[in-house]
Order: sequence, then C-alpha cells, then structure tokens
Amino acid sequence: MAALLPTAGGTGAPVDAPPASPPAGMRARRWVPYALLAPGLLWLIAFFIVPVWQLFAASLWDPNGSVETGYAMTWSWSNYATAWDMFHVQFLRSLWYALITTVVCVLLAYPLAYAIAVKGGRWKNLMLVGVIAPFFTSYLVRTYSWKAILADTGPVVEFLKWIHVLGPDGRLLATEFAVIAGLVYNFLPFMVLPLYASLEKLDVRLLEAARDLYHGPVRSFLRVTLPLSMPGVVAGTLLCFIPATGDYVNAQLLGGPNTQMIGSVIQSRFLVVNDYPIASALSVMLMATILVLVTIYVSTAGTEEVV
Amino acid sequence: MTDQDLCIEGVTKTFGSFTAVDDLTLTIPDGSFFALLGASGCGKTTTLRMVAGLEEPTAGRITLGGLDITRMRPYKRPVNTVFQSYALFPHLSVADNVAFGLRRKGVSKADARGRVAEMLDLVQLGQYGSRRPAQLSGGQQQRVALARALVNNPEVLLLDEPLGALDLKLRRQMQIELKRIQTEVGITFVHVTHDQEEAMTMADTVAVMNEGRVEQLGAPAEMYEFPASAFVANFLGQSNLIQAQVTGQADGHVTVDAHGNRLAVPAGRCRVTSGSALLGVRPEKLHLAADPAAVPQGHAAVGGVVTDASFTGVSTQYLVRAPWGSELTVFVPNSGVTAPQLPGAEVHVHWAPAHSFLVGS
Repeated sequence: MAALLPTAGGTGAPVDAPPASPPAGMRARRWVPYALLAPGLLWLIAFFIVPVWQLFAASLWDPNGSVETGYAMTWSWSNYATAWDMFHVQFLRSLWYALITTVVCVLLAYPLAYAIAVKGGRWKNLMLVGVIAPFFTSYLVRTYSWKAILADTGPVVEFLKWIHVLGPDGRLLATEFAVIAGLVYNFLPFMVLPLYASLEKLDVRLLEAARDLYHGPVRSFLRVTLPLSMPGVVAGTLLCFIPATGDYVNAQLLGGPNTQMIGSVIQSRFLVVNDYPIASALSVMLMATILVLVTIYVSTAGTEEVV
Repeated sequence: MTDQDLCIEGVTKTFGSFTAVDDLTLTIPDGSFFALLGASGCGKTTTLRMVAGLEEPTAGRITLGGLDITRMRPYKRPVNTVFQSYALFPHLSVADNVAFGLRRKGVSKADARGRVAEMLDLVQLGQYGSRRPAQLSGGQQQRVALARALVNNPEVLLLDEPLGALDLKLRRQMQIELKRIQTEVGITFVHVTHDQEEAMTMADTVAVMNEGRVEQLGAPAEMYEFPASAFVANFLGQSNLIQAQVTGQADGHVTVDAHGNRLAVPAGRCRVTSGSALLGVRPEKLHLAADPAAVPQGHAAVGGVVTDASFTGVSTQYLVRAPWGSELTVFVPNSGVTAPQLPGAEVHVHWAPAHSFLVGS
C-alpha cells in the first residue's frame, strides 16, 4: 500500500470541548428545566405515585377487615400467598392470552404495516386512517359488536357450522378463541402504528444494497428489514402485551367462567366482593410481573443497538 | 475482445412514456476503467442499475463474459455496486458491513474475517472495523462502501457517483485512490459521473451520454481534442463554436465561410463536409495578437474587441467580441511572453487550423 489516504476524522467522534464556565445569563436560568418538569412531576406524584403507594399499602392490610369495620394495617404479607392460591389460574391465563394476542398481532400487523409503508403509495394516508378508524368508537361498544359477530346465531358461527369446523352445538362465545380474537382486534392498531413508523423510515436503497450483495428477498428481509424495524416491533409488543394482560373487557363480554382473566378478578374483588387486600395484592403482583417481563424483554431485544 | 467483457447490446429502458436509455450499445473491455459521463437524467444511472440488475431492460441484452445476465437476479450476478448514498447498513459494524456479501458467497468465517481486515487496510480503515457507519465521516463511509463491494472480488464493480457527496479536496484524493485501487485489483470499474474532470482524470475510456444515447466514446484526450458533436465539445471542457457554412474541399482541407471569414479545417478533423456546421476551437488553443503582422503564417485569424479580461493566476481569460456579435473565450497562459490586453483593445484572434474541428450544427 503505497499512497496513503488521509485518515479523516482522526481518532473518532468529534469532541466538543465544553466552555470552562457557563456564561452568566445561562447560569441564571438553571431553574428553567425544573420549571418545565414541575407540572408533569406534580401530576405524576398526585395521581400515580400516591395511588400506587396506597395500593401497595392496601395489599398488606388485615384480610379479616371489611368496608364496614375498616381495615387495620397488619403487614399481612400472607395476602400475596392467599391471592396466588386463589387466582394463579387466572393470573397465568392472562399472561398466556396476552402472549398469544401479542404474537398474533405481530403476525397480522407486520405484513399490514409493511404493505402500507412500502407499497402504500398515494393510498398510504387513507390506509392509516383505516387503521385508526376504530378509535372513533368507544372500546366498549366495539367489543360489544364482537359479541354480535361471534353470537351463536351469527354469520361466523353459521358459516363455521356449514363447513363443519364447528359441530351442531358448537359456539364461539365464551371460548378462548372469542377472548383472544377480541383482544387481537382491540390491540392490533397499537401494533400496526409503531411498526409502520419504523418501516416507513426504512431506506429502500439498503434493500438494493442487500440484493447487490447476494441476498435474496428472504435473506434481505431477515438481515436488513427485520433488524431495522425492531424498535417498532418492541414498541408494538409492549403496547399490546401490557394492556392485554390487564384487560378485563374482552374476557367479561366475550368469555365465560373458564376464560376469566386477572383483570376481571381484580375488578370483581374490588367492586363486587369488596376484598381490598386481595385485590390490591393481585394488582401489585400483576404490575411487578409485567415490569420484570418487560425489563427482560427490552434488554434482550437489544433495540439500543439500532441507530 | 476478451472473455470477460461487459456487453450492452441494443438496450432500451422506458419508464411510462419516458425513454431513459435509448437503444444503447456498448462494450466495456475486461479490466478497464470505464466512465459513463452525462448530465443528470441522461440515462447513465439507469444503465448502471440495469447492469446491477436493479432495473430490467425494456429491450436488448446484457452479457458478461458471454453469459446473458439481462434477466438474472441481482443477487446472482458477479457484479457489485458502490451506491451514491453508500447505503451502509446502520445496524451493522463496519466489519460486518464489509463481510455482508462475503458470507453469502460461502466463504468461511475465518477466511471472511481475514479478507475483511485486508480490505479495510486497503481503504485505510483498519482501525475502524468495530465502529458503526454513523460514527464515520462521509469520506470514511465512502471507503467502507467501496470495501464492501470490492471484497467480493466481482467481475465488474459499478460506481454510481461515488464521490458526489464529498468535498472537493477529498474528492480529488479519492479519485487518485480509486484509480490506484483499480490498477491494483485489475477489476473492471464502471464509473457513473456528471463531473467531466473526474471522468477524464480517472477513466481509460469515457462514454458521453445524452438523452439515453452515447454521444461519443473514446479515450479522454482523444475526445477532448476531436469531439464528435457540439454537445460533447461543450460538455467536455469549453469550446468556442462558430456558425459556419461549408463551401468546398481542397488540398486535404475543408473550407468554410464563417460570417464572411474564409477558414480552413483539415479534412481529418471534420465530422461534416457539407451544409451548415460549427467550427470549434478550444479556448487554450486560441492566441491573441495586437498587430495583424504578428499572426503567424498559416494561422486562421478573425478580428475582435476585448470585452473582458479576468486574471486567474495560471492564465488570463479573455472574452473577445467578434464582428458578428458573439464572444470568443481565449485562455492566455501567464508565461510572461505577451503583454496583457485591456478591455476595449482591438485584437486579432488566431489559431492553427490543425487545432480547429468541424461538427454538425
């Protein structure tokens, strides 16, 4: 190697030397960031930190108390064991349903988001509106309408009976299928939108480069498109999985006793049975579990590596 | 013609009603440094993309070493591209970017690592293998793109305006560097550029394209000295083109009438020998004389008035208004032989007929 190239950039990233001391005008405005933070911070303290703390405290109350007699703080950690013994089936079922929902959502949303982002052309915006359109109606109303769609005398059941997928007494309502179908329907847009956002940014020239470097369509997808859309996949799975785990509307409206999810249990413990300590313990367990799962997921998905 | 020549035969590419490449036929010899030169929209990039397999020709055939690759998938072609935007994979390290194609060619992991290191050394980026593309400067990214394509040892390397995003100084250095690398590896380079100086500096053969066709093809010096058309005369460097009418032929010369001046051009330097034509002379081939007696014997001469003189250091560029109204550009080298002319001075512009050429108008 005779002729040498300039090693432009030297040893690496440009280094900006900070000024020795900030000018006087800047020092005087140090409170500005705090002032900007304050409203949101106060809101979160009042309506998030305090309630969560209260919930945690309630999970340790005396399980023998009642709304009439009041609850004593007895630091009853055994509430957690009781809650687990009574409701671990619904608890694990919720995580399982949420997992299936998330996987189905990824499988449905990825091709859809890809089609809109890459092949959408001038229909892009219209298709996006189509994805968001369900939000114009309330969540509850939409889930009710699924009740009609999946009804025992409804067109879906009739058709499935006709092609002999369902037996003469078969039904969809009150089955796992109905609950998960409802969850998928309701959370699909939360998967499509972040996926669309990351696929839309994808530079098609990178795919040309991959093709030029001996990668066929499948390998180009696996080595370029998919890794570059991982931020969207991660965001979408979080937006799907977390609310789906705690959801109770779908299980309540479309499910039956055998498809009850933890959200319904917490709701009825709080509002029907008035068993505050167990309801609180279940809530705290759910939060902690999701927090741990999300932390593990995000750190293994490694999105911080994607520029 | 050797075995590995790249042949483009009667290739046409249309997009809707727009013809980007129009019945193009080219043979790019094995191991040459070939430049496709033209303004934007002349079809040069489309031609390159058809060779890469990123566009399919509407008609015609592309062969490489006798093998028809016209409809071969891009990932099956022994051709690699250095993209204008570099198109480096942002989620992969520099070393992984360079190894991207290599692993698919069935090179073992250990071998690949060795060749990547070698290639990064060749482009002076040996220390940067673990960096991400975003952490490199434009010039460094350009060299990664070059390494990523070259490491696969393609039959043909396609370069799509590879230096377009670099600043002038870096571009000059990379031109020399690219030329050196090409000589070293001996791979056919097809270089698309709109920069005529870049094309002339680097390429053995230049094809000047215009509206989807090749206007002229040849060695840079040959084309500069004797352009095939008015377009080439103006696109490659500067030319003074004077409207003229062919009046006859005598003694191996074609005589023309240019606004009342009878001028001769050697027959071997005439692209047309009848009808109306353009007589061309390069500005550095024109000389100025204050006194008609100073015009050498045998030179053609026309009178004029200096309208502008700008000193550029190595030369002075004069604009001389000819009697028929148009202006001639004259570069006079700053060799201290002639006294400078001032605007308003009456001068005689003269040149050796062997330096003039005649093209169709």
